[in-house]
Amino acid sequence: MTRKQKRLTLIGSAVGVLALAVGLILFALRDNVVFFYGPGELVEKHVGAGTRLRIGGLVKTGTLVHLEGKSVKFEVTDGKADVPVTYTGLLPDLFKEGQGVVAEGALDTAGVFKADSILAKHDERYMPREVADALKKQGVWQEGGAAAQPAKNAGAAQ
Amino acid sequence: MLKYANPTNFLALAGRLIPWLAAATALLLTAGLCLTFFVAPDDYQQGSSVKIMYLHVPSAWLSMMCYVIMTSAALGTIVWRHPLADAAQKAAAPLGAVFTLLCLVTGSLWGKPMWGTWWVWDARLTSVLVLFLIYLGLIGLWQTIEEPAQAARAAAILTLVGVVNIPIIKFSVDWWNTLHQPASVFKLGGPAISGSMLWPLLIMAVAFTLLFLTLHLMAVRNEILRRRLRRLSIDAAHAEEKSEATA
Repeated sequence: MTRKQKRLTLIGSAVGVLALAVGLILFALRDNVVFFYGPGELVEKHVGAGTRLRIGGLVKTGTLVHLEGKSVKFEVTDGKADVPVTYTGLLPDLFKEGQGVVAEGALDTAGVFKADSILAKHDERYMPREVADALKKQGVWQEGGAAAQPAKNAGAAQ
Repeated sequence: MLKYANPTNFLALAGRLIPWLAAATALLLTAGLCLTFFVAPDDYQQGSSVKIMYLHVPSAWLSMMCYVIMTSAALGTIVWRHPLADAAQKAAAPLGAVFTLLCLVTGSLWGKPMWGTWWVWDARLTSVLVLFLIYLGLIGLWQTIEEPAQAARAAAILTLVGVVNIPIIKFSVDWWNTLHQPASVFKLGGPAISGSMLWPLLIMAVAFTLLFLTLHLMAVRNEILRRRLRRLSIDAAHAEEKSEATA
């Protein structure tokens, strides 16, 4: 082996080992790296009342209720489980039924998630209003769901 | 190709390429911005805030592409000890830092009206901030070590260590739950972005790439000339010392 090849092998193996180390660290810390849990994970992990965390999912259609003042009540779903959430305060513009949401707060003893901050989550779909309306009319619209299908149709609708 | 690894030949080539690249950049950037503001439609949810994407996404792509280019230059420095690779490395760091900052700032400006927050510590945002800090660290390293060949080797090692962050940035949105949305363009099953918004975005991406290439070539050229000047002034100082000694 020439000196150049030696250096190249050394670098290759060093970067490989480093990548493996970082990969293992991130895997071990995965509970801290995630920004939020889905309702399904929340149920699986049996998180106790009072533990601060974030939950994320879709605002379940038909569950959003505006109470007096600036309070709202809704359910967050990921298709596996639903968690009831209450919140008092200003909501982001994108917040509505069927839209992604991340709520920060804690469960109370009754199993209701008391949120003190609500963030809207935007999905990866980008389209003009006319295309979205056309998709809804055709009945191929999937609220917050699998994104690839409507996007392909969106191309055809152009 | 190898002929241009010679700094003198590279200078000649860069001199010929830069005006054309600069002209193409100006043309495409103008066209891209006109498309962004006057042609591309508003989004069904985001309204006109979607226009931020046309700056944000190309900056994000370039911030990573710049790092990949810098990494290949770092290999050139460590494995082949080539001075042109040193110059390419050094020239890339500030450009990468600027594209990363642009990505962070535009993202923050979009996040406030859409998410309801300027910043969150999710995996995507944090890993891009780490990329920005790596760029700053590299710039600092280049400024601290005076001997160019030594600085190049130190920077190359830091660059190669930091390359681990690039796949983390790219796949953070798939590996972990993040507030940041998953990839819209480079995803399985084709882009999730409407055609009328995709092609202005791609034109902006090409424009940003050309902008990077132009600025990078200019910066590499400056670095080569700066090194020659340094060499000349050192030689001149030596010659002066010698003549004083003999006098």
